[in-house]
Amino acid sequence: MTQYRRPDNVEDVVRTLSDAEGNGRLLVGGTDLLVAVRRRPLDPLVLVDLKAVADLPPAIEVTEAAVRFGPTATMSDLAADSRLAAMFPALVAASRVVGSLAIRNRASLIGNICNASPAGDTAPALLIYGARVTIVGRAGERTIPLSQFFVGPGLTTCGPDEFVLRVDLPRPADGYRSAFERLTRRRGVDLATVSVAAGVSAEGSITLGLGAVGPTPLLTETAAAVDLEDVDAVEQAVKQLIGIATPISDLRSGREYRQAMIAVLARRAVSAAARSVGTKGPST
Amino acid sequence: MSERDVSRELAPVKVTLDVNGTAHRLEVPAHRTLLDAIRDDIGLTGTKKCCADGECGACTVFLDGRIVNSCLVLCAEAEGCSVGTIESLSVGGLTDLQEEFLAAGAVQCGVCIPGQVMAAEALLQTNPTAKPAEIREAMSGNLCRCAGYERIVAAIQAAAKRRGSSR
Repeated sequence: MTQYRRPDNVEDVVRTLSDAEGNGRLLVGGTDLLVAVRRRPLDPLVLVDLKAVADLPPAIEVTEAAVRFGPTATMSDLAADSRLAAMFPALVAASRVVGSLAIRNRASLIGNICNASPAGDTAPALLIYGARVTIVGRAGERTIPLSQFFVGPGLTTCGPDEFVLRVDLPRPADGYRSAFERLTRRRGVDLATVSVAAGVSAEGSITLGLGAVGPTPLLTETAAAVDLEDVDAVEQAVKQLIGIATPISDLRSGREYRQAMIAVLARRAVSAAARSVGTKGPST
Repeated sequence: MSERDVSRELAPVKVTLDVNGTAHRLEVPAHRTLLDAIRDDIGLTGTKKCCADGECGACTVFLDGRIVNSCLVLCAEAEGCSVGTIESLSVGGLTDLQEEFLAAGAVQCGVCIPGQVMAAEALLQTNPTAKPAEIREAMSGNLCRCAGYERIVAAIQAAAKRRGSSR
């Protein structure tokens, strides 16, 4: 039978997870979790609602050097934040295409990465911005790059009595530009067939976050600067970068189509990023 | 396993929530959705249960001022929250939006319509002069199996026009 807990402090959340002996599931938006609960009503799951926890970081906190997201930040919160749109356009663009408006009003950013779907919409963008994930558990807090957080489809490094307390994004450097591209079968309420977040630095290095073309969202970066005006050079660089993609066939797409489309979307994302207006870095 | 506290597992969750301005005190199993609580415990059947998986939008309600799929919210999560259902819109007769749904012939079998009206109401409250593209985007979580989309969008446009001119 499903149980419901509503702890009011972080320590109690960790204790509740620990007592649940691997059956604890963190609940914020519930837009994926509750679908799973409905399909398996007899599983002895302990749903641990984080929405009444008083000592969590605020949903969105913008400081000089970084932006911090707490567990309660929803996709609608991100979509509506003009400060974020200027600094992290690829992330905000991704948050705006998740599910539907009613889903975005509930779905949380941190829940989206904890689900660890290879097709998760926000992961590619968070990866290119160098997101760092802070996990809390019985042994205290630990912080790791998001690129080390994903282990496989639906799997993260988060242990059974741990949960993600916050995600931090450093402010991009001066002249950094980014964009997000996503391919779906239909416009609304669909998961990504392929998605790409691209970041280009003022010096011309290219970073790509790739969604739905591997067992986890993937991060890849050019070793040397590329002349972004040179179409052939960009094409060559992108071709090399997407070499890490290992797409599979599933109900949304065949492997070959994904392989072909990841190249197209990556080129589009890089060119959209290169054309966009750069951010101003932290004022130091 | 013998140490499991079975009585705690089966104990209902006590929930106090406001639905359409009336306070309700419920005792429900942990897995009871807000949708089922609204329909079966509170007895307001205007909110429809269709896919119950967050795909179709038939169960759309307001939760603390934002629309949600009530099939994807536990009743227990709504503790202390304010819920608005389709019944709350028409206490003083049909709203302008509902009149336009009827005038446009947007209602066919009708199952999706309470959700469509709630999503459209949420849109017009935040963007009373919504353009067709914005309407389609805002309504993308509400499916109509009769495929009455053209007339639904037309009805919302007409309501937007009325609200725009009466401002």
